Amino acid sequence: MPTKITMTVNGQSVTKEVDARTLLVQFLRDTLQLTGTHVGCDTSNCGACTILVDGNAVKSCTMLAVQADGSEVTTIEGLSQNGEMHPLQEGFREEHGLQCGFCTPGMIMSAVDLLERNPNPSEQEIREGLEGNFCRCTGYHNIVRSIQYAAKKINEPKKAVAS
Amino acid sequence: MVTNKFDYIRAESVDDAITLMVQHGMDAKLLAGGHSLIPAMKLRLNAPGVLIDIRKIQELRYIKKDGNNLVIGAGATHHDVATSELAHQTYSMLPEAADLIGDQQVRNMGTIGGSLAHADPAADWPGVMIAVGASIHLKGPDGARSVPAEDFFTGFYMTDLRENELLTAISIPLPPEGTRSAYQKFMQPASRFAIVGAAASVTVKGGKIERVKVGINGLADAAFAAGNIEKALLGKAPTEANIDAAVEGTGADAMVMADHFASEAYRLHLAKVYAKRALMAATQ
Amino acid sequence: MTNYIGKAVKRVEDKRFLTGKGRYTDDIVLPGMLYAYIVRSPYAHAKINNLDTSRAEKMDGVVKIYTGKDIAESGINGIPTGWQVNFKNGDTMKEPPHPLLVADKARYMGDGVAVVIAESKEEARDAADEIDVDWEELPAVANAKKATEAGAPLVHDEAPDNICFDWELGNPKEEVDKAMGQAHHVTTLEFTNQRVIPNAMETRSAIGQYEEATGKYTLYTTSQNPHLTRLLLCAFVLGIPEHRVRVVAPDVGGGFGSKIFHYAEEALMIWCSERLKRPVKWTSDRSEAFMTDAHGRDHISKAEMGFDKEGNVLALRVKTHANLGAYLSTFAPCVPTWLHGTLMQGLYVTPKINVDVTGVFTNTVMVDAYRGAGRPEATYLLERLMDTAALEMDMDPAELRFKNFIPPFDGVEQPGYQTQVALQYDSGDYHAVLKRALEMVGYEKFRKEQAEARKEGKLLGIGFSTYIEACGIAPSAVVGALGARAGLYEVGQVRVQPTGKVSVFTGAHSHGQGHETTFAQVVADRLGIPLDDVEIIHGDSDSVAFGMGTYGSRSLAVGGSAIVKSLDKIIEKGAKIAAHKLEASEEDLEFAEGKWTVKGTDKSVGFGDVALTAYVPHDYPEGVEPGLDFSSFYDPANFTYPYGAHVAIVEVDKDTGQTKLKRFIAVDDVGNVINPMIVDGQIHGGLAQGIGQALFEGAMYDEDAQLINGSYMDYTMPRADDLPSFEIDRTVTPCPHNPLGVKGAGEAGCIGSTPAVVNAVMDALKPFGIKKDLEMPLTPERVWRHMQS
Repeated sequence: MPTKITMTVNGQSVTKEVDARTLLVQFLRDTLQLTGTHVGCDTSNCGACTILVDGNAVKSCTMLAVQADGSEVTTIEGLSQNGEMHPLQEGFREEHGLQCGFCTPGMIMSAVDLLERNPNPSEQEIREGLEGNFCRCTGYHNIVRSIQYAAKKINEPKKAVAS
Repeated sequence: MVTNKFDYIRAESVDDAITLMVQHGMDAKLLAGGHSLIPAMKLRLNAPGVLIDIRKIQELRYIKKDGNNLVIGAGATHHDVATSELAHQTYSMLPEAADLIGDQQVRNMGTIGGSLAHADPAADWPGVMIAVGASIHLKGPDGARSVPAEDFFTGFYMTDLRENELLTAISIPLPPEGTRSAYQKFMQPASRFAIVGAAASVTVKGGKIERVKVGINGLADAAFAAGNIEKALLGKAPTEANIDAAVEGTGADAMVMADHFASEAYRLHLAKVYAKRALMAATQ
Repeated sequence: MTNYIGKAVKRVEDKRFLTGKGRYTDDIVLPGMLYAYIVRSPYAHAKINNLDTSRAEKMDGVVKIYTGKDIAESGINGIPTGWQVNFKNGDTMKEPPHPLLVADKARYMGDGVAVVIAESKEEARDAADEIDVDWEELPAVANAKKATEAGAPLVHDEAPDNICFDWELGNPKEEVDKAMGQAHHVTTLEFTNQRVIPNAMETRSAIGQYEEATGKYTLYTTSQNPHLTRLLLCAFVLGIPEHRVRVVAPDVGGGFGSKIFHYAEEALMIWCSERLKRPVKWTSDRSEAFMTDAHGRDHISKAEMGFDKEGNVLALRVKTHANLGAYLSTFAPCVPTWLHGTLMQGLYVTPKINVDVTGVFTNTVMVDAYRGAGRPEATYLLERLMDTAALEMDMDPAELRFKNFIPPFDGVEQPGYQTQVALQYDSGDYHAVLKRALEMVGYEKFRKEQAEARKEGKLLGIGFSTYIEACGIAPSAVVGALGARAGLYEVGQVRVQPTGKVSVFTGAHSHGQGHETTFAQVVADRLGIPLDDVEIIHGDSDSVAFGMGTYGSRSLAVGGSAIVKSLDKIIEKGAKIAAHKLEASEEDLEFAEGKWTVKGTDKSVGFGDVALTAYVPHDYPEGVEPGLDFSSFYDPANFTYPYGAHVAIVEVDKDTGQTKLKRFIAVDDVGNVINPMIVDGQIHGGLAQGIGQALFEGAMYDEDAQLINGSYMDYTMPRADDLPSFEIDRTVTPCPHNPLGVKGAGEAGCIGSTPAVVNAVMDALKPFGIKKDLEMPLTPERVWRHMQS
């Protein structure tokens, strides 16, 4: 029995009919063709499917699309603003925080949540904050640096704008 | 990755959820955070015909002080508890334990009520709830009742929940002055559930232990209160030597579990180590 | 700026990955696409008495169900192996068939028996549950040594005692036995180098597409090796015409070896698509990946090392039982033999070595190359022997290594080093890496801290590992003589476009290694053009002439060298055109900074001008063909030999046995470095995987050969908070035999790190006395039991 759902995805309202069993990640990937969100496991451990739902990082493989009805969803595709990379995207590039790129979207979305809660994390806090995301390529070394880069950038005092 | 087919209904209130449960019977399951249920369904280990979604029932999501109790709504997420100043003030181990559950994404979705009702023997909340002397509030078609946490967990994934009952809240009596608490967990390295978790709440007055409660999860088929420790420590000074002596025999009567991460003997050893660590952290 | 080599250039490929625009196989949706779900054996060994699909066929959305019987009746072949290792007596190894789906008997948990094809993946999945298989469970065996014992269940009737081959290398046994007999001290270890599961974060996926109108087949697949997959698919499995088959490996989410091989599902999707005239996609669930991706390692070894009174190594004797799984995967026979036995010299002057390997079939999924492939197993064995010997002989483990190192040689002035086990090392200064690592650790200071900590009851430990690997795989004639059924050269095509922009086609495949950046640096640097003017194209057999793929740390050493060969041809031809334009002779020109200049003058012509002229040859040198486009095959003269020294510092919790890795120091020599940022990243990743094997990872099977930890709830993947920040450095000893002087960096971290961690834990446990070896992974319980015993 298909259910009609409406949610805001990356700032745009979408209304679709879905089966109850459609996972949010499938809805994003298959229905909306937002394939930046990946599936890396089936036990809710790897975090490759992490997105923001109402501002909180969640594993979109462990949420039904119908549960997100009425929610505000942000995926990796919606992170850059006006063509400008988010400081985390920039940080991952500057510090070589990605290799194969598969875990990267989920890793970045988790890091968005992490920096939101703790804008000045220590290395240990970053490492603990990433416990829900696996990366097999980087050994996490440069991911930590990428997040430190972004934290620094976000915390830089905004340059005064001449009136 | 593909669950069975099911019908999805969103309950608007607690009473609505109960009515729906009665209506759909054994074929229905409650969906709260979904972080135990959905993975099980994806692996087809569980295949309910109807899911009743209670996640958005606002009357279930709160943390508040009510008279002499801290009351946590069943729909409060682990993250809600982890960041609750009120919970911290009541028992510091409440947010500490919450923060050790799963990962941030899981804590953002998973609920305290869901975890308690699911009664995974390796989950963190059961031991903590026993140690703080919580009451579990349940509501069903025949009305509401409450059960002490110590009696709620009856076996391997088994609780005192009856058919069509919903876990609505947890109330925790405010501790007497001089009470401190700690939760110490030895993690299963892959899942990060507890191989052994020890929750200790200790009230010290005039250099003597006046009240002590230790809940142990992970070790056995269900979380339990370590009565041996309570008996041994009451009226004693909170010294390392006394604690060392008190933790001897922890879990001796329990149905101790074993798996490829930890044998029975090792789990029993860890129970002592972690009970001690929790007691030390709560007293030193 | 056109000076790119050696610079930490930011990666070209990152933008698409960072914005969610990467294109992985499962992201691809083709019009009319169907979805496949594979029904697999829940048993490790079982006969199929009956298989009934009648109920499933009637399910919504089901288009077709094929079973092992259909495959058998179609007359196609099974999956071949790419390497032949013979028995010592010259008999051919046992090579039982490996059908795409089995009809009679499943030989491992996960063996495919039927494929359901439906309009949606949900419908395919639902129908799979309605297939009834009447299984007759048979006794099964997972352990390689037990599989060779009398009475063990037989995986294949044609392989008695489950032995695929037996093999030896090095000095004759009698010589080694004699040298061992003269030893003052013999250190003996018996251990399992446990089976690990690669776990690339992207699971495998394949889309088969057959177009009836053109007779063309396209396979999209998660492969490190699209051309080899095409060759095996066409020539060995399906017998379809290679020139009408296109294999595309788009963005691939990590491989670590597990995606080198040609898997049954790839051929199956093409086979199904040809029958149904519609594209068919299969994507593995993670649970399925645990069961069906080729695993790595799984050796049971006895290793003995004999020393004289001063600690000089006299002899090494090794006996290994290597688990190959139920069928032979693409490189399976090569890994425990030519990639393992050949590394037994290590960095030491050991005069007598004999290594004896038995390859064994078991009721487990295939075992093949996993990051390092054979070389980590060899290194683990040698380096555990070294630290154990140092402990037993009461010598310093670093000193013992210095004493036995091969002296420095550059491979130019001094010849390469001929080992006792068939290899000739290219160049190296092995003392230098360990010396540097000791400096970084602060060795003397650490030993003092350790002594203090021990007094307080704290268990601190330090462990060493020095390693060498054979990379840059491989000289075709050499590997051909050793049993390879393919050449291992690489192809690099450089196509200069009329506007001077450059398209480069490489047979290497990037699935995280950053070829699009590193290769572009090489090209831009050589041609003196901006990096942005270079595009690296890989992973599509229709674009790239040919290739042997990426594994064995070969991409830059072999693939990069092929590109350099083509660049040389471009520059040579360009000079002819430039000479014509400048009315000078070629000999008077020099090429630098993107232009040809008449020596001693300011007369010059730029690369772009020459490119345009090559394509608009109005005023053109006589006898020169238009165009500027060259393709080259590079077949290396030798393997390359990266090496290094790794040091781990751990603290063990004496109450629980839990190990905390506190520091990890790695000094590697991978030859010249094109992009230090990328090389560092490769080292980091390798370290995490090697440390993962030491402390966390390992496939576990029960008595019935059931994989019992086939999910992330039970198989421990290293997480960010399990690891420290790594302290790394390198020395640079150029490879003397390839034009870039590079040796390869992909596997180094994974090869050196594992024994360093185990040695560190053993060192931490020293106060408990010398005991039997610890088995990996060093779980808290194992370490705790070690302390109790």
